[in-house]
Amino acid sequence: MNDFLLELRSEEIPARMQAGARAELEKLFRAQLSAAGLATGELTVWSTPRRLALIARDLPEATAAVSEELKGPRSSAPPQALEGFLRKTGLRQDQLEDRDGVWFAVIDKPGRATAEVLAEAIPAIVRGFAWPKSMRWGKESASSESLRWVRPLSGIVAIFGEELVPCEIGGIASGFATRGHRFHCPGEITIGSASDYAEKLRACHVIVDHEERQAIIRDGAAKAAADAGLSLVEDEGLVIENAGLTEWPVPLLGRFDEAFLEVPPEVIQLTARVNQKYFVVNGADGRLANGFVCTANIDAVDGGAEIVAGNRKVLAARLSDARFFWEQDQKKTLAQHGEKLANITFHEKLGTVADKVERVAKLARWLVEEGIVTSCSPAKAGAHGDGATGPRLSPGCTELADQAELAARLAKADLVTEMVGEFPELQGLMGGYYARAEGLPDAVADAIRDHYKPVGQGDDVPTAPVTVAVALADKLDTLTGFFLIDQQPSGSRDPFALRRAALAIAALQTRGEFRLPLLIVFANAIIGYAETAINWAERAKPPAQRQTAALNRWTAAREFATQVGYLDQFPPQPKVETAELRAVYDLMQAVRFDTPEAMLSRARTLVTFMFDRLKVQQREAGVRHDLIDAVFALGGEDDLVRLLARVKALQAFMATEDGTNLLAGYKRAANILKQAGKDIVIPAKAGIAGDRAPTMAAPAFAGATEMDKALLAALDTAEPAASAAVAEERFTDAMAALASLRAPIDAFFEGVMVNDPDEAVRAYRLGLLSRFTGAVHGVADFSKIEG
Amino acid sequence: MTEGAEKKVLSFQDMILTLHAYWSARGCAILQPYDMRVGAGTFHPATTLRSLGPEPWNVAYVQPSRRPTDGRYGENPNRLQHYYQYQVILKPSPADLQDQYLGSLAAIGIDPLLHDIRFVEDDWESPTLGAWGLGWEVWCDGMEVTQFTYFQQMGGFDCKPVAGELTYGLERLAMYIQNVDNVYDLKFSDAVGDVAAVSYGDVFLENERQFSKWNFEVADTDTLFAGFKAAEDECKRAIDAGVPLAAYDQAIEASHLFNLLQARGVISVQERANYMARVRDLAKGSCKAWIDSQSERWTQNYPGWTL
Repeated sequence: MNDFLLELRSEEIPARMQAGARAELEKLFRAQLSAAGLATGELTVWSTPRRLALIARDLPEATAAVSEELKGPRSSAPPQALEGFLRKTGLRQDQLEDRDGVWFAVIDKPGRATAEVLAEAIPAIVRGFAWPKSMRWGKESASSESLRWVRPLSGIVAIFGEELVPCEIGGIASGFATRGHRFHCPGEITIGSASDYAEKLRACHVIVDHEERQAIIRDGAAKAAADAGLSLVEDEGLVIENAGLTEWPVPLLGRFDEAFLEVPPEVIQLTARVNQKYFVVNGADGRLANGFVCTANIDAVDGGAEIVAGNRKVLAARLSDARFFWEQDQKKTLAQHGEKLANITFHEKLGTVADKVERVAKLARWLVEEGIVTSCSPAKAGAHGDGATGPRLSPGCTELADQAELAARLAKADLVTEMVGEFPELQGLMGGYYARAEGLPDAVADAIRDHYKPVGQGDDVPTAPVTVAVALADKLDTLTGFFLIDQQPSGSRDPFALRRAALAIAALQTRGEFRLPLLIVFANAIIGYAETAINWAERAKPPAQRQTAALNRWTAAREFATQVGYLDQFPPQPKVETAELRAVYDLMQAVRFDTPEAMLSRARTLVTFMFDRLKVQQREAGVRHDLIDAVFALGGEDDLVRLLARVKALQAFMATEDGTNLLAGYKRAANILKQAGKDIVIPAKAGIAGDRAPTMAAPAFAGATEMDKALLAALDTAEPAASAAVAEERFTDAMAALASLRAPIDAFFEGVMVNDPDEAVRAYRLGLLSRFTGAVHGVADFSKIEG
Repeated sequence: MTEGAEKKVLSFQDMILTLHAYWSARGCAILQPYDMRVGAGTFHPATTLRSLGPEPWNVAYVQPSRRPTDGRYGENPNRLQHYYQYQVILKPSPADLQDQYLGSLAAIGIDPLLHDIRFVEDDWESPTLGAWGLGWEVWCDGMEVTQFTYFQQMGGFDCKPVAGELTYGLERLAMYIQNVDNVYDLKFSDAVGDVAAVSYGDVFLENERQFSKWNFEVADTDTLFAGFKAAEDECKRAIDAGVPLAAYDQAIEASHLFNLLQARGVISVQERANYMARVRDLAKGSCKAWIDSQSERWTQNYPGWTL
C-alpha cells in the first residue's frame, strides 16, 4: 500500500473555476483507476490559483489478477459456433473446458503495477479534463492539436510512494519539483512524497488546502474588523473567491473617506465586492462604516501599509465614480429618466420598455381596482349599499390604485440611470432610492424597489398591496407577451425566465392569500398587448385617419393577430356565447376591443402553463404527484391558492385510515362500473360551487336492503355536505363528508351483491355506485390516486 | 539609508524608456506608434495582422489610444479621451511570459514583496476585431495595471501559434509609481539644470478640453457618417485589389469614426450592433486578405502549418 500524489501546476486558474476543477479531477481519477480495476478510497483534492493537487491514500502496488470466465457454445453445436468462440477469446480448443456439454473459456489476466496504471491515467486525465473555457499556448500551439488547459500548464508532480510516476503531456514531463509562492519563494522545491507535500509547500508560503485558506480569510477578516471596533459583513462568496486568488492570504483592514457614506450602502458594498473583491464592515450601530477588508497574497515587508494605501486609493476612485452617478442621476426625476425607455427594446416583437410600462401601469391599477390584491372592489363597495350610481372606489382605494399606477410607471426608469448602467444588479433598488429622494410616498418607493421580487426561491415575497400589484403586473405582462409570440419555455430552454416568473406569481399569491382568477387576469394582460398594437397602428397613421378609430381598431387587431400568430383563431365577427366568454368580452368592451375568442384561448394556455409550473413545484416540495393530479384533473379551476388548499386537505385525508379505505371502496366501485360498461359520472365542473349536473338517479326500490338504504342515506347527506364545503372552500370539511361514506360503502360491498340476477336490482345498485363515485369526484379525481 | 541608495521615482517618459530598454533586451523590436487614430494598442497592425500566421514576432511599442466617449473635458482626475498604452507582443508566447512581465514591473520600481501583485481572471474580447483570448487583468494593490492575454483568435482565425499580449496602462502605472491622485499632476519629464520639469497636464490638459468638446459637441455627424461609408467602401476596394495592409487602415478608420459617432450620441442601441458588425466584417476581411497574401510563404517556410 502506498500513497499517490499528483500536482498539476499552471498559471493562475480563475477563482470561480477551482471548485469545479477539483470535482472534475476527482471524478476523472476515480474513473481511470476503476477502469483499470483499482478501487480508490478517500481522495484529498486541493486547489490554489496555481495548482490542482490530488492525494490518493493506500493504493495497492498492483491491480489484482483477475480470472474471467466466458460461456461458449454447446459442445454439440456446429463447428462454426466453436470457431467463432475461439476467435473471440483468442484461445485454442484444448484450452477450453467442457462442462456438462458447454464450452467455457477461462482467461487469466495478471495484475498490473499501479505505477504503470497511474502513468497512463495522468495524461488521460489531463487530456480529458473539461474546463468551462480552455486555451492553447506556446510553440506547440502552431498545431491545432496542441494540448488545451485553462491557462498554460507548467508542471506535473506525480509520486507513488516515493517513486516518480513517469509521464509526459504536451512536452511537460512529470518530476519531483514544484514551485512555492510566486514572490516569497520563487525557486524550485523538491517533494518527497504525498506525506510531505503540504508541509513543504507551507514552508514555501503556499497553503495548498483551499479550506484552510478560506478559514484564514474568514477569521482574519473578522478579526481585522473587530480589532478596529467594527464588524465584518460576512460574505462566503467573497471568502471563497479570495481563497481562489491567493496562496498565502493576508486580510488587511483599510478605511475610506467617510464622505462616501452618503452613497447608498448597497452601492458601496457592490462597488467594493464586485470591482475589488473587498469585504465591507459595519459600525457599532449596525450601519455600514467607512472600512473595507482586502486580502493580500503576501506578507508584505512593511506589514501591508503600502498595500492598504494603494487599495484605498483604488476604492476611492471607484466610490467617486459611484458618487458621481448618484448625484448625476438625481439631477432628473424618475419620470424624466423614464422618457428614455422609449428607446430601449423590451423585445423586438413586443415593443419598447415604454410600451411595457404603459401596459403594466394599467394592469397594476386594474389589480387594485378589481379588489384582487386589495379589498377594494366596485362590487364590494356596491354591496355595502351606498346607492351611488356606478361603481365607485373608496378614497383610500383610489389612492392605492393611483399609487400602483404611478409606481408601475416609474418602476423601470432606473434602467436608464448611470448607476444601474454600471451595476445592473441594482435595478429596482436604485429606483427606490431615487423615488424616496424626490419625495414620492414610501408605498410607491417600496413598490419600485421591490417589484422584481421574488427572484427565485428563498427570496423575500412582498406583501404591501402597491408592491404586489406592480410585481404581479410586471410578471403577468412578461409571461403573456412571450407566450403571444410563441417563446414559451421548452425543455431546458427558458431564455426569458418565464418559469421563474410563473412561480413568482404563485408565490406572491400564496403569500398574499388573495384570489387571482387567472383566466380573466391573463385575458386582461393580453388586451394590454392588443392596445400596444393599436397604439403602434395609430401612431403609424396620419391624424385624419385616426378619426375612424373604430375601424382602425379592428384592422389593428387583425394586424396584431397576424403578428402574434393566431390569425386563424381570429373570428370574422365578434361572437359572444358562453358566460365565460361574456366575462372576457365585458373586459374587452371596457377597453373597446372585440376579440374574445382568440384572446381566451391564449389565456387558457397561460393558465395551463401556470398550473404545470405549480405541479412541478409541488412535486419538488414532496407533495405526492398523484394527489396533485387528482385535484388538477378536475379542471374548471383557475385559482392556484384554492387548488393548493384542496391538495393539502386531500393529502391529509389520504394519510388517514378513512382515506385509504375510501380509496379502496372507490377503486372497487369504479371497477364494477367499468365492467358493467357504465361511465363514471363526473359532475360537470367539479369543484365549482352550485354548478354540478345531477348524478345518475337511484330510483326508490322496494327490495332495498339495509345496506342499500344506508348508503343512499349517507350519499344524500354527504353529497350536499361535500359540495357545500367545496363551494365554501372548507376542504377539510369536504374530506370529512367523504369520510362519512367509508362505513356505508364498506358495509355495502360486504353485505350486498351488486350484480344481482334481477336486472332492476342491478341497475339500482350500479346507480348507487355511480352516485358514490360521483360524490367522491366532487372533491377529487380518485382514479388518479395510487394505492 | 544613504542618498545614493534612494530610489529615484521614474517620470512618465523615463518609465517608457525603461520599458523600451527592458523589452529590447529581451529581443523585442521597439516599434513606433501607428500613425492612425485607434482605440487601443491592439489595433496596431503589428498586433492585429502580425499575430496571425506561423512566423515568430516579438515587438513592443507605445500606442496613443483614443476613446472619445471617455473624455471629461479635463475635469476628471482619472479619465482621458486620449491616453497611452504600452503594448508587447510575443509570438509564440514564451513559457516564462509571466516572469518576464513581472521583471518589467520590477524594472519600473514595483517591489512584489511590498506590493500585492495578482493575476485576476479577465477574458479579453474585441467584437470589432473578431478577436478573443484568455488571460488576466494584473492587479497591483487592487488596481488594474495591465491586461495580459493569450490570443486565441484574431479576425475570426485561430492564432497558430498563440501570441502573448501585454497591454500596460501607462498613465495608471505612472500615477501609481509617482503616487499622485490626478493624472494631470504626473511628472512627464524631470527638471534638468535650468530646464523645468514638465507635467502631464502641461502637455495634455488643453488637448483634453478641446477634444472632449469636439468629440461630444462639435464634430459634424454628416461628415462622420460619410467618412464611415467612404472608409467602408475603400476597405472593400483595397481587399479586392489584394492590398490588405491598406484595407486594414480603412477598417481602423471606420472603427474610429464609429466611436466618434457614438460620442456624438447619434447611434441608437439598435443601430450600434449593426455598425459593430460592419466594422468587424472589414477587420475580418482585412485579416483574411492578409492571410491570403502571406499563406504561400508561410506554408513554404513552415511545412505542416495550416490555417
